[in-house]
Amino acid sequence: MEENKNFTISVYTENNIGILNRLSAIFLKRHINIESMTVSKSEIENVHRFTFVVIVSETLIRKVVLQLEKQIEVIRAFYHTEDEIIYHETALFKISSEHLYDEKIQDKLKFRRAHIIAITERYFVIEASGLKEDINRMYDKLKPFGLLQFVRSGRIAITKPKMAISELLAEIN
Amino acid sequence: METLKEEIQKKIAKRTIKITGAEAVIKCLLAEGVDLAYGYPGGAIMPVYDEIYKYQDQFHHVLTRHEQGAIHAAQGFARVTGKVGMVFATSGPGATNLVTGIADAQIDSTPLVCITGQVGSHLLGSDAFQETDIIGISTPVTKWNYQITKASEIPEVIAKAFYIAKTGRPGPVLIDITKDAQFGELDFSYKKCEKVRSYRAVPKLNIEKVKEAAELINAAKKPFIVWGQGVILGGAEQDFKNFIEKTNIPSACTGLGLSALETTHPLHVGMVGMHGNYAPNVLTNSCDVLIAIGMRFDDRVTGNLATYAKQAKVIHFDIDPAEIDKNVKTDIAVIADVKESLTKIMKYVNKAEHKEWMQEFHKLYDVEHKTVIYDQLNPTKDGLTMGEVLGGINKETNGDAIIVSDVGQHQMFAWRYADFNKTRSNVTSGGLGTMGFALPASIGAKMGAPDREVVAIIGDGGYQMTCNELGTILQTKAAVKIVVLNNSYLGMVRQWQELFFDKRYASTEMISPNFVKLAEAYDIEAVRVSKREDLASAIKTMMASKEAFFLEVVIEQEDNVFPMIPTGASVSDIRLS
Repeated sequence: MEENKNFTISVYTENNIGILNRLSAIFLKRHINIESMTVSKSEIENVHRFTFVVIVSETLIRKVVLQLEKQIEVIRAFYHTEDEIIYHETALFKISSEHLYDEKIQDKLKFRRAHIIAITERYFVIEASGLKEDINRMYDKLKPFGLLQFVRSGRIAITKPKMAISELLAEIN
Repeated sequence: METLKEEIQKKIAKRTIKITGAEAVIKCLLAEGVDLAYGYPGGAIMPVYDEIYKYQDQFHHVLTRHEQGAIHAAQGFARVTGKVGMVFATSGPGATNLVTGIADAQIDSTPLVCITGQVGSHLLGSDAFQETDIIGISTPVTKWNYQITKASEIPEVIAKAFYIAKTGRPGPVLIDITKDAQFGELDFSYKKCEKVRSYRAVPKLNIEKVKEAAELINAAKKPFIVWGQGVILGGAEQDFKNFIEKTNIPSACTGLGLSALETTHPLHVGMVGMHGNYAPNVLTNSCDVLIAIGMRFDDRVTGNLATYAKQAKVIHFDIDPAEIDKNVKTDIAVIADVKESLTKIMKYVNKAEHKEWMQEFHKLYDVEHKTVIYDQLNPTKDGLTMGEVLGGINKETNGDAIIVSDVGQHQMFAWRYADFNKTRSNVTSGGLGTMGFALPASIGAKMGAPDREVVAIIGDGGYQMTCNELGTILQTKAAVKIVVLNNSYLGMVRQWQELFFDKRYASTEMISPNFVKLAEAYDIEAVRVSKREDLASAIKTMMASKEAFFLEVVIEQEDNVFPMIPTGASVSDIRLS
């Protein structure tokens, strides 16, 4: 059996209603769970970028990317291994105000990419960013204080190799 | 005065004629050269039907008895003509009834444009009467779909729909139009779509790959071709023939590849796959170079992939990059329009003879003929068999007819034994295996090729899934010849129950109505044959008729399809009995 690995998929698409459905159907049809997903503008005007993280074999990811790319409104799709990308996630932790001056919490924030972004009478909010593992560690450390809410973003990733979408669009047009 | 006149003229020139979205739909279709559609009206599509009424001298609509019948008819039309099949349905159940046909067209690469009505845009998401999310439902089984909520979008979207449906690897497109967009007005002008920036219909041919493929073919001692429907979809039948005749490579087809090359061609060594011919299946595992042309290595073709052509180098010609290495790992992929690649490769391939290699096919054909084919065509047992019915039809049609088959045992007999002289003559549900396909598809096929005989071969099970379409035949007078091979069983499932489930015939025995009376109720001449001596004359009468005709043949109940590659077995382990 071929080993399953983390793959990040970048999909450049037109910005139309229904594309998310079309893309997610490709994962669904093959019984693949989406670990994380982010949608945003891309560096090109009117072109959107989906970033998916999935755990599958390389043979399968190759086929999936071709199926994604086959969709009419997809301009290009790529898959990357972990070492081909620079990636990041962000998380927000909402904690009761009673812990605000707790030195233990202050300690947790030191030397990390984490800071307080909102304070009210009842609660305060910590934002942390980094790799998935960094956020996992922060989560473990803050959990004992009682998390009123916790949310983390999907992965965003920039590739080390060039993706040449603008050139491709110029060629098609 | 002069200035006033000029002013008035300018005003007239500026005045654009506003039309409704519904009228724009019909005008777009006429601009695309479409003057025939299949469908079923209902609340949310009524404005469009009102325009169909107004344009009836230019635009023809066939009312089927169910939306599934409409879409299968459009598929039949598209398959025999190569044109885009056109379907209308209303919102809600009208739209959902299309889904089977859409999925069928998607997997068999049939170009269709389906237009569905939708509730008014202000009602979207309110669970209004007959509202359903057909965009969401149809997304995984359409090549493209789109919901129009403004009349002004109609021309551009319909143009795009036709372009996408018919270019590249064809497929079904669904356009959902809200009722207010049909009633709304727009300034109409129509421009055909020539490109969609995110869609590359035809990949650019890499000539180096063609040269590499030619080199491998030239060096091959035992080359073997398996071609599929891509040859037909690419209009490359003649180019394909030129290529095989120059290289003298034994060639076998997939089920959907049938009729691209005449059945009698000396290089045509039969059909591959689960119920295909013995020689091409067995020798798939002996060839040194396997050349796949416009086919997708379906599991019914390959059997167990772990033992499929492992000894061979594989060359794959296909227009769809996603098909490369999907099921079978290829050594050389030529990704392009098949017509272009087959034309280009002619310069690089050498003339060759493969006489000894061809002999191996002939030898195995003799084995199959002796053990299977002869008996299936000339049975001596009491009951009639499906094979002899096909043999009888061949005698009358000489291979000139369009054969429309449903799904099951009779379909396998049709694929195995029907003679084909002309391309686009085998209309069938391949990938999806949709029972109920054949009767409505034969109506569309007859309308697409009115000068040709259209013979629908259907089992008693599949027939009863869509025999309501006899009403469409009654109304349109489509002169299709309907042959129901009635073994009082869901035969293919029964065969599997016999072979793999110790003859536990769970829910496969079928008691059917009097089919002759049923056909007669629709004013269709009908004959039932249960004796061998009556078969030939009944087929003769049927083929001589200028109108629709129904022939029921009572088939031996335990007639089985062989050869057979059991699920999970290797192609070379094909069973002859």
